Amino acid sequence: MRELSRRQALALGAAVVTISVVGIDTAFAAEDTKAMIDKFTGGKAPGEGGVTISAPEIAENGNTVPISISVDSDMTPDSYVKRVLILADGNPRPGVATFNFTPASGKAEASTRIRLAKTQNVVAVAEMSDGSFKQAMAQVKVTIGGCGG
Amino acid sequence: MAKAKPRVKAPKKAAKGDIVEIKTLVSHIMETGLRKGKDGKIIPREIINKFTAKFNGKEFFSVDLEPAVSANPYFQFNMRVEEPGEFEFVWNDDDGSTYTAKSKLKVT
Repeated sequence: MRELSRRQALALGAAVVTISVVGIDTAFAAEDTKAMIDKFTGGKAPGEGGVTISAPEIAENGNTVPISISVDSDMTPDSYVKRVLILADGNPRPGVATFNFTPASGKAEASTRIRLAKTQNVVAVAEMSDGSFKQAMAQVKVTIGGCGG
Repeated sequence: MAKAKPRVKAPKKAAKGDIVEIKTLVSHIMETGLRKGKDGKIIPREIINKFTAKFNGKEFFSVDLEPAVSANPYFQFNMRVEEPGEFEFVWNDDDGSTYTAKSKLKVT
């Protein structure tokens, strides 16, 4: 048997990897989430700390899951939270909402209700007025998925 | 088509410097564009895609919504009170309609 050329060996290896990937939907959703965070931060890595996500540990109804986001900040014109991107890494599309704050908000806190298709992580990425980013993540277990079957 | 009715809970009076809490709710189906009808065809997306909170004409808080926001979008948020005036809340629908609610604020 003649030896494989380098190109042939690479192609064979790639084919094996593609076939062995399981749970493609989940893999794509996780990829999309990372891509959306990178787009939001312009490639900067968000720091941890200062962002709190309040969400139920177990959501009975994935159609309406209450969440609250809070970012530590005095909200003065010199130092405030500009916006917070909210993602759900297991939904068909990870984007959920973006809260846009101003110093006049007084507090960088807001609540809403969201749809979660299944058990997954809610991710919040905050953009600060100084150009830095912070993020937090919370897992929500979902008993009845919220995508209308 | 007036299909979305907004409801607002905002204070009528506050002291200068207070950070007040505001709650808003609008009735809207927030059709995701992922559901199929009985005929097997996808029901097109139709959501509120933007919510804006203004005070005396100036935006102090807003939300960009995706279909993952639940039906009857609810928001709770805050404002630091500086002067008396009027809140204006605006919801933008994918179909181009806007829904508005207003509320006055006195400063003690």
